[in-house]
Amino acid sequence: MAKTYQAGVKEYRATYWEPNYTPKDTDLLACFKVTPQPGIDREEVAAAVAAESSTGTWTTVWTDLLTDLNYYKGRAYRIEDVPGSDAEFYAFIAYPIDLFEPGSIVNVFTSLVGNVFGFKALRAIRLEDVRFPVAYLTTCDGPPHGIQVERDLMNKYGRPMLGCTIKPKLGLSGKNYGRAVYEALRGGLDFTKDDENVNSQPFMHWKQRFDFCQEAIEKSERETGERKGHYLNVTAPTSDEMMRRAEYAKSLNTPIIMIDYITMGFGATTALSKWCKQNGVLLHVHRAMHGVIDRNPHHGIHFRVLSKIMRLMGGDHLHSGTVVGKLEGDRTATLGWIDIMREEFVKEDRSRGIMFDQDFAYMAGMIPVASGGIHVWHMPALVSIFGDDSVLQFGGGTLGHPWGNAAGACANRVALEACVKARNEGIELAKEGGNVLREAAKHSPELAIALETWKEIRFEFDTVDKLDVAHK
Amino acid sequence: MSQVQDYKSRVSDPASRKFETFSYLPAMTEADIRKQVEYIVSKGWNPAVEHTEPQYLMDNYWYMWKLPMFGETDVDAILAECKACHEANPGNHVRLIGYDNFKQSQGASMVVYRGNTK
Repeated sequence: MAKTYQAGVKEYRATYWEPNYTPKDTDLLACFKVTPQPGIDREEVAAAVAAESSTGTWTTVWTDLLTDLNYYKGRAYRIEDVPGSDAEFYAFIAYPIDLFEPGSIVNVFTSLVGNVFGFKALRAIRLEDVRFPVAYLTTCDGPPHGIQVERDLMNKYGRPMLGCTIKPKLGLSGKNYGRAVYEALRGGLDFTKDDENVNSQPFMHWKQRFDFCQEAIEKSERETGERKGHYLNVTAPTSDEMMRRAEYAKSLNTPIIMIDYITMGFGATTALSKWCKQNGVLLHVHRAMHGVIDRNPHHGIHFRVLSKIMRLMGGDHLHSGTVVGKLEGDRTATLGWIDIMREEFVKEDRSRGIMFDQDFAYMAGMIPVASGGIHVWHMPALVSIFGDDSVLQFGGGTLGHPWGNAAGACANRVALEACVKARNEGIELAKEGGNVLREAAKHSPELAIALETWKEIRFEFDTVDKLDVAHK
Repeated sequence: MSQVQDYKSRVSDPASRKFETFSYLPAMTEADIRKQVEYIVSKGWNPAVEHTEPQYLMDNYWYMWKLPMFGETDVDAILAECKACHEANPGNHVRLIGYDNFKQSQGASMVVYRGNTK
């Protein structure tokens, strides 16, 4: 390693390692899991992370002396072993609140996960958790409506809501697509959803999709007497175009629209969230590309952090994983980020990977959306894991019903209501769920056929990103 | 596999209307209603009874039956109010609500007596 580099590392420790520092209530705290290059000790690496994600650069510059660097710097204040891994450690960093533009997740993350992630002294680095001080958190608007308001708007109480992503994801015309939506809604779903990559392709431009889906919503409402919605995806190549689509959706009086927050970007997402709040349109948030960022246990950003920043930027729904379906998601870790989405106060809980207390003050909660590879046999587990404040989305599990979408939707709705009713009666769904479904199927031929169709399907792959305690 | 079946639901048929939670299950028996009342009481929610003519079920505001029973934990007393509302309005949907005043929402809401949709 070059001489100048070593000198730089020494410099980092002298300035940025403060083991006696007590974090202030107004500090923004971060916990990184760090894999250093061999031969560099932990304090120096932690200090380097603090420096590179705040005020520091590799050498001293004379203009440092024109400011109070001692105030503005990030500080590495604690180092901890990672359970089950000798190659890594946790570095805890405190940043003064003035380092960040108020209300800007864009700015916070440009600092926190900016240059430091390419830093040569690190083999890998992962942002495990962030504690936003209430003083900063309240500069962000948070969810445009929140859980209680959505329940009132949609008239859904005392149970999880039911959704379904329309398939095939690509290739349907607007009118055929609207047909699939109508059938699912009239059968008993509360919501249907555009798939994430349905934007405005040659086979179906957004405007026709919006028009036909809105007709499907309105007719299914007249038919069932229940409130319905379809997440109209306004994700677009530019922010201007996104806003144009959102305005059109509002002009149709549709209840909910949708964005992909990572591909569309944090700035566009925050802008749309503010628009949703002003215009009374619910905002469903999908998370395409999150797996690139959060799946590697050694490098990237943990999904609990991506959940937390989405709550601050403001979504009403956010995909959370299902625990039981085809997609990744360790159960206890998922319970951790579900709390981050919904609760007013989340306590530090290492068993769930939560490294800090987080007070959300008056910020509304988001509804976790469980979607992907789930079907009626998963219903008892889903109801007991997610509770009432959730949306359970059965795509193939609705549209793949042998009698079609309406019957598939009805089967799911019957299963859901049977599980909720049984839970309220004190029946333990984890044990008795199978019997609850079989009993309910006696008066629902739609559910009986669904139970027959999907009986044998299992998803039992091992999770790749397990909590650190589970590694050894 | 069985023969594909038609999904019998029509805009023209009032009996196709649903009324949210538990409306896809068979009508509740007296024993069923009792268990749900016990659940509301065990959660510490405030029971309330509402009713409406079936044709107006999509309105946000149904008719309140008296006032919500704040602090009421006597299951029989709550059941008696549900029944009294039903007997006074036999053609109407009667809804039992559990108000969660901490969440400022309804923790539970279900039609316990179904109105006449024929």
